[in-house]
Amino acid sequence: MSQRADASGAAPPVPAPDGEKPRTAARPRRGRQRRADARAGLVLIAPTFIIVVVMVVLPILWTFSMAFQRIRLINLRRAGIFGDYSLANFRGIFTSESFWTSMWTTLVYSVLGTASAIGLGLIAALALRKAFRGRTFVRAAMLLPYVTPVVAATFAWSTMLNPQFGIVNYWGQRVLGWDEPIAFLSQASGELSLFGLQISVPTALLTVIAFEAWRSFPFAFLFLTARLQAVPGTLEEAAHVDGATPTQRFAHVLLPQLLPTIAVLSVLRFIWTFNSFDDIYLLTGGGAGTEVVSVRVFNALTARGDIGAASAQALVLALILAILVGVYLRRFRTQEEVA
Amino acid sequence: MSTTLEQDRRPAAPPSRAPRSGWTRDSVERRVLAVLRWLVIAFLLLVTIFPFYYTVMLSVRSLDQVVQDPGALFVPPTEWVMDSYRSVLASSAAGGQGFLSFMRNSAVIAFATVALTLLVSLPGAYAVSRLEFFGRRQISGLFLAVYLFPSILLAVPLFVFFTRIGLRGSLVGLLIVYVSQIVAVSIYMLRNYFNTIPVSLEEAAAIDGCSRLGVMRRVSLPLAMPAIMSNALFVFMIAWNEFLFALLFLIEERDRWTVSLGLSQLAGSIEIPTTVLMAGSVIITLPIIIIFFATERLLTEGLTAGAEKG
Repeated sequence: MSQRADASGAAPPVPAPDGEKPRTAARPRRGRQRRADARAGLVLIAPTFIIVVVMVVLPILWTFSMAFQRIRLINLRRAGIFGDYSLANFRGIFTSESFWTSMWTTLVYSVLGTASAIGLGLIAALALRKAFRGRTFVRAAMLLPYVTPVVAATFAWSTMLNPQFGIVNYWGQRVLGWDEPIAFLSQASGELSLFGLQISVPTALLTVIAFEAWRSFPFAFLFLTARLQAVPGTLEEAAHVDGATPTQRFAHVLLPQLLPTIAVLSVLRFIWTFNSFDDIYLLTGGGAGTEVVSVRVFNALTARGDIGAASAQALVLALILAILVGVYLRRFRTQEEVA
Repeated sequence: MSTTLEQDRRPAAPPSRAPRSGWTRDSVERRVLAVLRWLVIAFLLLVTIFPFYYTVMLSVRSLDQVVQDPGALFVPPTEWVMDSYRSVLASSAAGGQGFLSFMRNSAVIAFATVALTLLVSLPGAYAVSRLEFFGRRQISGLFLAVYLFPSILLAVPLFVFFTRIGLRGSLVGLLIVYVSQIVAVSIYMLRNYFNTIPVSLEEAAAIDGCSRLGVMRRVSLPLAMPAIMSNALFVFMIAWNEFLFALLFLIEERDRWTVSLGLSQLAGSIEIPTTVLMAGSVIITLPIIIIFFATERLLTEGLTAGAEKG
């Protein structure tokens, strides 16, 4: 270990951050100092490193092993690393229609959830851009959905949307003229009449997407507000002098400045929404056409005790996510290069 | 859409159009947006605050009142009923739901998570920010990957592992899981802050004869105090709000339930009226809201620096 640290310390190609002029005289001392630093660094990082390896990296590797075995919670004691490996769990996944329905639901949920959260966050950031009395309070209020415990937030929503005594249905029937209460969280699909057209909409899925947008728009709002503050005022002034109207200034001056932030936000939000479990589990329990893959994994694990199937589904979920994010990042990078 | 069309005509337009009347595109947009802005702000306030207002309102009404008049938007203080709070806080021996003990569990686990996470991540963040050691870059990469890692994928092996070693159902097991999930984010946040502290300050202390540890303790830590505070708040919030692992680990041990788990489990039983659940919601949200408004600036920094998984 110290050998390696020594080698990297003496290697010239990596210029040390503080390596300026007095190279010759101070060299032995510097070298000793650097070796001490390297050792101290390893000692200081070791606890974190060990925790992360033991509690995150190894479990993931173990998931791979379990995904190829037929393990159930009941026969867990007998299972080891050298079990009977088979592809049965994956065969189960790839031949099950409901898994792919669920994957599609996950995809729709994450794409629409991410897009609407970022859209709402952008609108909020723009609306609160200019100072006014009480802006600090409004900004703080914007963050409430994000910091509240998810259980309390889902409760508030499911009570508000309750068909019997929820306030939304009460006023919806009286003011908006709904014929009957809408079961927002337990109706898989409903008829929506729009300009005389009857359209079938996935009610529960749209509701959980709306919840996702509500809950995570503050995240986008925070980042976009920070980015907006960093946009130099002169840019917009120049555009204004040139006769650009507010929407033109937004489209041609502000938006290009915000795009990199939006791109990063999209990746982060997409990753988290794709795997999110709490919101849907608490709102609908995965019923009424909202069963995302993470809820399936949870059910396989707890209700059926089928560890092998749970591992395999979680792995497929992670793999598809990795592919999607990989494709997105590659496209984004090439676009960056072109621009 | 129309902006691109308009753009071609733009250079000549403003000077010639502007004096003619007040109705140039610019002024129309300006007026519309000025109105729209306040509408948007009002809408956002309504959407973000109303669910909380509604929760509080239901928690001080009786179930009969709610069923009779579900559309009420205001309850005068004279009609407030505190029964729901009494019922939710009373211990289960006294016929209540035992939320006080849930809160104690949550507080214990949240504070322990904060303490342990900081204990581990402070030296780690310092090392990643200041010291050149073998594999530094790879380790930073590993931490970022952990930060983005889906917790549902980790839930399976951890559930199985802790079942097997018999620690599932104990608060210690849950604590270890929380620390391992949060420590990477914590290091990332703290490292960013350490990076902004000028090295020259530490060098000055070193020249004055401070050892590496002395420099850390006397110079770097005091300077990083704001970041440490915001990090602590952030970690507390995650641990207090966490649901999935609490559900997986503690469900069979009622006396170890955290507030989130307790509330979600109460919701499943039919005998418990909604108003009681709403009182429970208020109680578990209150600590977070108090912390949040007391330290809004600090926490906001924490959120932007770290960003919760969720």
